[in-house]
Amino acid sequence: MNSSTQAGARSALKRSVLPQGSVRGARGAAQAAPRRAPAPRSGTRTTNWAGWAFLAPVTIYLLAFYAYPMYRNVELSLRHYTVRSFVHGGAPFTGLDNYRKVLSDPAFGPALTHTLVFTGVSILCQFWIGMGLAVFFSRNFRLSATLRALFLVPWLLPLIVSASTWSWMLNSDSGVVNHVLHGLGIAPVDWLTSPTWALASVTIANIWIGIPFNLVMLYSGIQTIPSDVYEAAELDGATAWQRFWKVTFPLLRPVAAITLLLGLVYTLKVFDIIWIMTKGGPAGSSATFATWSYQLGFGNLLPEFGPGAAVGNLLVVMALAFGLIYVRAQRKQREA
Amino acid sequence: MRNSRRLRPARWKTVVGLVLTGLMLFPVYWMINESLTRDQDMRKTPPNWFPVHGTLDGYRAVLHQQMPYLGTSLFIGLGTVALTVAVAAPAGYALGKLRPRGGGVLSFALLMAQMIPGIIMAMGFYAIYLNLGLLNGVPGLILADSTIAVPFGTLVFAAFMSGIPEELLQAAKTDGAGQLRTFWSIVMPVSRNAVVTVSLFAFLWAWSDFMFANTLDSGGRSQPITLGIYHYIGNNNQQWNAIMATAVVASIPATVLLVIAQRYVAAGVTAGAVKD
Repeated sequence: MNSSTQAGARSALKRSVLPQGSVRGARGAAQAAPRRAPAPRSGTRTTNWAGWAFLAPVTIYLLAFYAYPMYRNVELSLRHYTVRSFVHGGAPFTGLDNYRKVLSDPAFGPALTHTLVFTGVSILCQFWIGMGLAVFFSRNFRLSATLRALFLVPWLLPLIVSASTWSWMLNSDSGVVNHVLHGLGIAPVDWLTSPTWALASVTIANIWIGIPFNLVMLYSGIQTIPSDVYEAAELDGATAWQRFWKVTFPLLRPVAAITLLLGLVYTLKVFDIIWIMTKGGPAGSSATFATWSYQLGFGNLLPEFGPGAAVGNLLVVMALAFGLIYVRAQRKQREA
Repeated sequence: MRNSRRLRPARWKTVVGLVLTGLMLFPVYWMINESLTRDQDMRKTPPNWFPVHGTLDGYRAVLHQQMPYLGTSLFIGLGTVALTVAVAAPAGYALGKLRPRGGGVLSFALLMAQMIPGIIMAMGFYAIYLNLGLLNGVPGLILADSTIAVPFGTLVFAAFMSGIPEELLQAAKTDGAGQLRTFWSIVMPVSRNAVVTVSLFAFLWAWSDFMFANTLDSGGRSQPITLGIYHYIGNNNQQWNAIMATAVVASIPATVLLVIAQRYVAAGVTAGAVKD
């Protein structure tokens, strides 16, 4: 009973993230899951009734505050809305026009590229830096627990705090980053105000924010690798480098896959950092799907709700596709 | 001999660890440093690496200008916590313990709900709130903010509560307690750690939310601190010490969480094997 989906909910991190806690997923994402308790096979009529009585609030909640806004969004994307019809209703149904409009928009190509570059570079850097740190912290040393906890700080800070701090650090004239570059004999860079560097700037800030998540996930994964495997490798004379590639990395692959997939889903939807630091600019040079969608809907004097919603829905499809792959990967890992 | 061989690399590692942590936390240090810097030193070359001429002007500005924002954020945070726990705890009990037929579908829905980008939700909420007249108000923002925490909370409660020993519930049943009573007088008190964990994160996320606030409350009279900072950046570009001071103050809940949650989160997680 209980259908196989619960397996999907069952956390791959059950054994992995536990030491660090249930702070799974960057910013709000959790997938804790019912641990396999030795619960009796319930499913009698009364528990079914009681169960759904207890589930009623969350079911209503999901329908009202998840399903309905999503539905509204789909509806927005299929009609031609003006400010007037947005308020008073009566927008004509236009089918896929908004999607066609968005796809043929000259901003579409750049936004797609930026989304892919931002996501890809962010994830790769976060993952490998997180991996390096996880391996580094994997053997306890003095203060290691405290330092590891301190590494969580960037993740817990409000995004507006991180974003405004980075904005100030990257300020062209007075930012500390350019001061340091100047000290190294490098000419100052217009981080946030030049189209060449804006995307790099927001990516750097985003990498900084994402490192703790990768560190926590991978560290917990490493903790589950039995130490005798390492001892055997050591006896065979494996170097640290070999130990990592021949032991740690292969055994970590399932956890790594889940970390990457979750990272992918969360990075696709990053909005705050970019919006606060550059608003997707200058001239759209750091606009991703997330900020472009918002720009269309709320950023201009004349809002284009329909196209904005259409871009947003494309983003949902991308996020959910990777989300499904993630659930599958998780289930596979659990079965393995 | 073995010991002495182990000791040396360990000390070396501590030094490297300190350096890495220092690098990682440099932006946080810089935020604090800048929050204490005098106006006239803000654009100095080279910058002051330490707050040698430290001033509390920035914090005075926070005290004078940002208190209402902080109050609103506090209220929104607490409201979000209440709503989240009220919705998520019973659901967690059902998914973790009662396991009704079809509950797996709901778990799956909760899992997927977390993948939906926030801007999509924000846009949908905007359209709905506009018609309901909930825009620019605190209640609407509490509702929207809770969507970040409810799926997470439900799954955490489910994980935690599935670990409550069956005998405990059976005993309550034998004493004639109904499901509601069992939930309220047995399950909830035993799940205190899960309540604390979920509450802490619900609070932190509501406190940190910028997107919903900017979309749904940008014209409101009571706005949260995230918008306070955002307006600050837009309005007075010169007063970066005040901006950074606000940022420091806005980071306090995160810091508190890190200190407290270390214990509670660990407790919440290991409590699957709760004994008493």
